[in-house]
Amino acid sequence: MVGIVFVSADGGEREVEAPVGATVMLAAIRNDIRGIDAECGGSLNCATCHVYLDPACLPLVPGPSHDEAALLAHVSAERRPTSRLSCQIAIAPGLPRLRVALPEHQTCPF
Amino acid sequence: MPVLAGAVAPRGASHHLVVVGGSYAGLQAVASARESGFGGRVTLITAEDHPPYQRPPLSKAYLLGKVAEDALPLRAESFYRDAAIDLVTGCRVSHLDPVRRTITCGQDRPMPFDALVIACGARARRLAVPGAELDGVVVLRDLADARALRERLTAATSVLIVGGGYIGLEVAASAASLGKPVVVLEAGPRLLARAVPPQISDHLVRLHRRRGVTIRLGTGLDRLDGEGGRVVRAMGSDGARYPCDLVVVGVGAVPNVDFAQACGLATPAGIAIDAFCRTGMEGVYAAGDCTVQPNAFADSPLRLECVQNAMDQGRSAGAAVAGRPEPCPGIPRFWSDQFDAKLQSVGLSAGSDLSVSRGSSEEGRFSLFHFRQGHLRAVDSVNRPGDQIIGRRFLAAGLSPTPDQARDPAFDLRTLLPVS
Repeated sequence: MVGIVFVSADGGEREVEAPVGATVMLAAIRNDIRGIDAECGGSLNCATCHVYLDPACLPLVPGPSHDEAALLAHVSAERRPTSRLSCQIAIAPGLPRLRVALPEHQTCPF
Repeated sequence: MPVLAGAVAPRGASHHLVVVGGSYAGLQAVASARESGFGGRVTLITAEDHPPYQRPPLSKAYLLGKVAEDALPLRAESFYRDAAIDLVTGCRVSHLDPVRRTITCGQDRPMPFDALVIACGARARRLAVPGAELDGVVVLRDLADARALRERLTAATSVLIVGGGYIGLEVAASAASLGKPVVVLEAGPRLLARAVPPQISDHLVRLHRRRGVTIRLGTGLDRLDGEGGRVVRAMGSDGARYPCDLVVVGVGAVPNVDFAQACGLATPAGIAIDAFCRTGMEGVYAAGDCTVQPNAFADSPLRLECVQNAMDQGRSAGAAVAGRPEPCPGIPRFWSDQFDAKLQSVGLSAGSDLSVSRGSSEEGRFSLFHFRQGHLRAVDSVNRPGDQIIGRRFLAAGLSPTPDQARDPAFDLRTLLPVS
């Protein structure tokens, strides 16, 4: 299990445990973390599970694929260098605790 | 925000919202009703024995054993508790009384409602050929079907798929990935004919054949033969015999409208709703696969079977119940995963007069941009999700690239979109 700290847009924090093989998005849904919509269930269709990965965690996980980067160009909230789609951040064995911040909104106005 | 005269919906604490159907549309309706401020009692009724769960993985990752059942629920259990939603499982609604405004499950007492959302979905169409009732002939629609299919797939030695639509092709890809010999019979001249243009159909034929799937186009099923009650072979309309011990039928779905039809709310084609998901009955809404709704992308009202439509309509119905009606965006969106191909569509390509491609079929990454009179109508993609989200934004904004801009991979289409 890997701990994931979700920091909400208003600064509140909650830590949950996620099993190896899951994703940050799945951990959020299973634990009813608000602020991640994940409309498509993690199939790279919707860009509604956007998070900001803590800069200290960036080197811990592989960077975004070409397709993820293409979708990140259309997220609803501000896009930052630390922006990721949480469905693409896999919980790998040996991963230390992750920290992600939630954007102010997900659902694109289209 | 548009507000309809005379459409003041019940939203006081004493009001009871009942939502019938526990999949994407029903769940989204209760979630959106709460998010839009509905303060009354909320009951979500599902005929299945489980809380709402994800369906797209059932024909793909779940069949392959890559996704476990505990990863399927759409919401955590705490969601229902925290949002004060009474979740009633294993309850199939049999009757709607429009005068007393009650719904009834089997022998249960009638349940009164102030607002009702019907989101009963659709069921798999069955085969009407001799042998269709044999053991080993299955459909895939819900989790119970998927459990059974997964078990049978493990033991199967040769798999026959009837129907080259989304379900048939996804199951074919999953079964072939598990090393099973697979034959797909498609009665029409090409795969996914109702959903995608010929270029995508052709790409899929090549993809499946390359992975060892036998695809027979223009070939119907005449009959299934059994031994000891179990299916052993199929007779195709091409006169060929296809040995098989598992037959997966993917020949479309029919809307679940029995009780809605009995009280005059629906026809066999579905429950007619307007842009706000209202039926012809005051305070009664409908959403998802069971509905027929006017759509800007089609000349006549459409019944769409896809997750996105279910969520869009559920959101619209829930907001309307809470007294904050918003029209459904109505942009059709579909997706499918087969082997390593991610197939996505936005808009409807039927009726277009020009299609240009971006990327190439040979590289396995391409999109088709469809135009009518120079205006973008739809985008179909294989492994180019970025084009999909761009297409969605164009369609939502009523904007269009020119065909030349769309076919030039060096042209950044985003520059034509308003800054979000």
